[in-house]
Amino acid sequence: MSKFISNLRRSYRLLQGVPKFLIQSLMVSLWFAILTFPIMVIQVNYTANTVEWQWGRLLLILFGGFAGSFIWFLALDRKDNKPSNTSGTYSVIKGRLLDYYASHKKLVMAIVFAIILLIPFASSSYFTRVLISAMIMMVLGVGLNIVVGFGGLLNLGYAAFYAVGAYTYGLLNYHFGIGFWIALPISAFTSVIAGLLVALPVIRLRGDYLAIITLAFGEITRIVLENWGEFTFGPSGIKGIDKPGLFGIDLSPRGEIIYVYIVVFLVLLLTILISRRMENSRIGRTWESLRENEIAARSMGINVPRTKLLIFAVGACIAGVAGALFATNISYINPKSFALLESIKILCVVVLGGMGSIPGVIVGSIVLQVIPEWLRPLQDYRLLVFGALLVVMMIFKPNGLFPKVRKSYVFTKEESEQ
Amino acid sequence: MRNFLSMSIILLLLGSFSVFAAGSEEEIVIGVAGPFTGDFANYGIPTQRAVNDYVETVNAAGGVKGRTIRVVAEDEQCAAEQAVNVSQKLVDEGAVAVIGHICSSATIAALSTYTDVGIPVVSPSSTNTSITFSGDFPTFARTISYDAKQAEVQLEYLNEIGVETIAVLHDKGDYGKGLADNAIEEAEKYGIEVLLFEGITPGALDYSAIVLKVAGVNPDAVIFGGYHPEASKLVSQMVSQNFTVPFIGGDGIKTDTFIGLAKEEAEGVYATSPEDTSRLPMTTAVRAAHIEKYGEEPGVFFDNGYAAIQVVVEALNNAESLDAESVLAAIKGGTFDTTVGTISFDEKGDVIGVGFAVYQVVDGSYVQVD
Amino acid sequence: MSLEYFLQVFVSGFTRGSIYALIALGYTMVYGIIQLINFAHGEIYMIGAFSLLILIGVLSMLNLPVLALILIAVLVSILYSAGYGFTIERLAYRQIRNAQRLSLLISAIGMSMFLQNYVLLAQTSSFLYFPKFLEDIPLFQNTNILNASQAVIFSATALIMILLTVFVRYTRTGKAMRALSQDRTMAVLVGVPTNRTISITFIIGSITAAIGGGLVSAQIGQIHFYMGFIAGIKAFVAAVLGGIGNIPGAVLGSFILGLTESFGTTLISSDYEDVFAFIILILILIVKPSGLLGKNRSEKV
Repeated sequence: MSKFISNLRRSYRLLQGVPKFLIQSLMVSLWFAILTFPIMVIQVNYTANTVEWQWGRLLLILFGGFAGSFIWFLALDRKDNKPSNTSGTYSVIKGRLLDYYASHKKLVMAIVFAIILLIPFASSSYFTRVLISAMIMMVLGVGLNIVVGFGGLLNLGYAAFYAVGAYTYGLLNYHFGIGFWIALPISAFTSVIAGLLVALPVIRLRGDYLAIITLAFGEITRIVLENWGEFTFGPSGIKGIDKPGLFGIDLSPRGEIIYVYIVVFLVLLLTILISRRMENSRIGRTWESLRENEIAARSMGINVPRTKLLIFAVGACIAGVAGALFATNISYINPKSFALLESIKILCVVVLGGMGSIPGVIVGSIVLQVIPEWLRPLQDYRLLVFGALLVVMMIFKPNGLFPKVRKSYVFTKEESEQ
Repeated sequence: MRNFLSMSIILLLLGSFSVFAAGSEEEIVIGVAGPFTGDFANYGIPTQRAVNDYVETVNAAGGVKGRTIRVVAEDEQCAAEQAVNVSQKLVDEGAVAVIGHICSSATIAALSTYTDVGIPVVSPSSTNTSITFSGDFPTFARTISYDAKQAEVQLEYLNEIGVETIAVLHDKGDYGKGLADNAIEEAEKYGIEVLLFEGITPGALDYSAIVLKVAGVNPDAVIFGGYHPEASKLVSQMVSQNFTVPFIGGDGIKTDTFIGLAKEEAEGVYATSPEDTSRLPMTTAVRAAHIEKYGEEPGVFFDNGYAAIQVVVEALNNAESLDAESVLAAIKGGTFDTTVGTISFDEKGDVIGVGFAVYQVVDGSYVQVD
Repeated sequence: MSLEYFLQVFVSGFTRGSIYALIALGYTMVYGIIQLINFAHGEIYMIGAFSLLILIGVLSMLNLPVLALILIAVLVSILYSAGYGFTIERLAYRQIRNAQRLSLLISAIGMSMFLQNYVLLAQTSSFLYFPKFLEDIPLFQNTNILNASQAVIFSATALIMILLTVFVRYTRTGKAMRALSQDRTMAVLVGVPTNRTISITFIIGSITAAIGGGLVSAQIGQIHFYMGFIAGIKAFVAAVLGGIGNIPGAVLGSFILGLTESFGTTLISSDYEDVFAFIILILILIVKPSGLLGKNRSEKV
């Protein structure tokens, strides 16, 4: 028996001369073929009591698994052994662009703004709508970014504040006919209250316990919305919510969509500005120190409970604003839009894009809102590909696509000082 | 700020797909929208198949007025936001009519887009009463009757068999709760007392607690608003607790899948549903074709979905032109031979000719009760 | 409330608790070791149930005696779930083990989405009937309060909990697991085989999930590709309630959750069923921030 094993060992070592990855890929594809056999290949027809064997799929797994794992191993290898590339063409172009940008900031920003404002006029209503959804997601992302990215407080129930904002506007509009512009600050206000309410029991908790309680609050909010029919109209939701008014002018359907786009864009800008200001201020630094090490922060004299409350409040406020935007965009809200999946989606936006970085949030929202739309041609395989994409992105870019770059100062010794 | 730079680059790149290739002059675009992925997929896929199948046969026979029909199917997973985006996409693609949506909430969300543009929408499954009764959506029609009607038939029957107290359960969804709410209103008319009115969580692992509670108040019958997965679990629990009062549900449970899931425990369960159409030769043939093509029985709302596309195609053939107004007029004014019988529509968009009847599971299949 | 009624509600809650426990055990073990909320765990539970159904379907064509058929099917489905658990860990988690926790979480979420749709596409979107093979067990008298399948579930939960606790406390691998969960760097330095131990943890967790999947599906009578998600969330709540990372804690938390839901439903309202569970969770965590049996980890400064 041992001779057999040592023979195997020897042949294995010989085979290792062949490019390593080929052998590994082969083994992986065999493993996948065996693993996925019942679910992929065996199709039981329960009504007719027959079994169908989908051998085609087995071949698919074998070949696909082989190719896939080969590419996978290559990519992983490259990732681990990547030389830092500062002189390649790509980096040079990138560097030149950034330099140009840095020295012509105002001009570039003006052009970019103009382009963004003109997009809805030049594209289909569908595309504009998709962008509106993406921008609302960005607002949410900026808000959650403050809670998770700056403050380090993992919130799995962010959609609750989103819901509060949306329902505030929805109910005010339904019962009292209050328009968007007046309801907006009210939505923000109610969400802040909600944020404080959630934050109070949560102050003492850390890490994943915080996460689970925020999840609990998120779910409680949704369930209450579903069941308190007399107040929130339950699962039927509220329909016919008004779009924002433009001094009472009557707009065409397309005009309305463009107007909503512009409004959402302006709110997004405002939110980013506020977030940026806070980030670079004393408050922002307080939050960062809280995230890095709570105990050290406390010993530096930072009032930890008060800071946490503030973070939650700010995050909730932004979510509430986003909620009002959502309500006005879709004109119909019901509890299903604010379920756990939504909170998870917003979290993905923040992490995928890069925690603590606003460009990251922007890119993350686009990835999460627009790419599923792009993938529509794939129809039924949309979510499958999407799930796989999430995993792949996390493995190859665990810090997100645009991780936050800390401002660093480089000290170079002048040659003349010799 | 780097953020805007990156944002603009990405938006520009994305702008590349904002230029839409409209369909060729020869094509007629019909949209079908519903949940084709996600946990409601099994409510939407049958309609998608129905539309595709029928359009195939129509195109093979020369299409409509000599033009081929192109079906654009869009998935919205029963989510309101996606439904709105999808509706806009279908409008932009130039759809002359839309079959859908499936879930009442998605339909309500999407209808504002369609109504703005005036496109006729025919839904095979959105039964929320207010969609037609509110008057907000004049371009809407449905090939399934509305919830209040079902409740009428249910309570009438229960009253006939001498039921005096009931317990009403629902799945907290817009269809289930809507049906349950309507049931309560109807019960008042007959003087039947509602002992319990509660919602269950769909997808929960165990319903023994709620069934115990219902058994505890000892009603003469149980009404359930919801779909077959929850209903079959409830019914199983009732049987294992020896609580065997009449159980009546809506069209959401009048499916063979329900019987397939609950097996022997389904015996004696009542369900209301549009009058039996599976015996119609047209329907039998269509269903057999489905089994041959896909290897399984058609799922829920298949017949209604098939009827919806039949109505639309027929209306397109009969309409004077292909603009929205004429097609809508053809739909609302016409009479159609479909897989759910010979039907027409009233002013509000509700279907005429699809009544409801009470069925009971006898010997493993649904049988109409008189 | 009559005694019989009370007992019935109690058993109902207990059954729920056992169901949650079977899944929560896997959650808590994985979390204890790599501090990851394995969102894909619910999907392994679901895959276990699907594998079992498929295997039963295939094997039933071979005309074996029922008992042998079920045993073989259960065994094989457990093997498959273990395989899935192992593969998922190698694929999605191993590479980013040392990255920030949130990245692991997102990867888990992606994996969960992937697996759900994988089963949806490979099998079907419909709800499938699952044979209730636990109902008629010889030697057991079905009473009004307790029936055969409930009894099997309880015993299975108890057995697994005992086995796991013994395993963690007395075997070498168990010690390795505890070492890794206490202080990973130190454990590596001391020579604990990290990769292997983590893989074994995932395998064991998946086995429990698969057993859970099989038993629960036999009790309820139907399966669906989305069933893992809700089950997973509840089980996760249960695990946190009892102190995440703690095996008896997971079971205790599950029972408290199940009983709360059961009594909440019958005494108050079924509408707010989940809310009761969450409120209990919040209250307990306010009073005892690391869960009922959780150890308060003191941080050295």
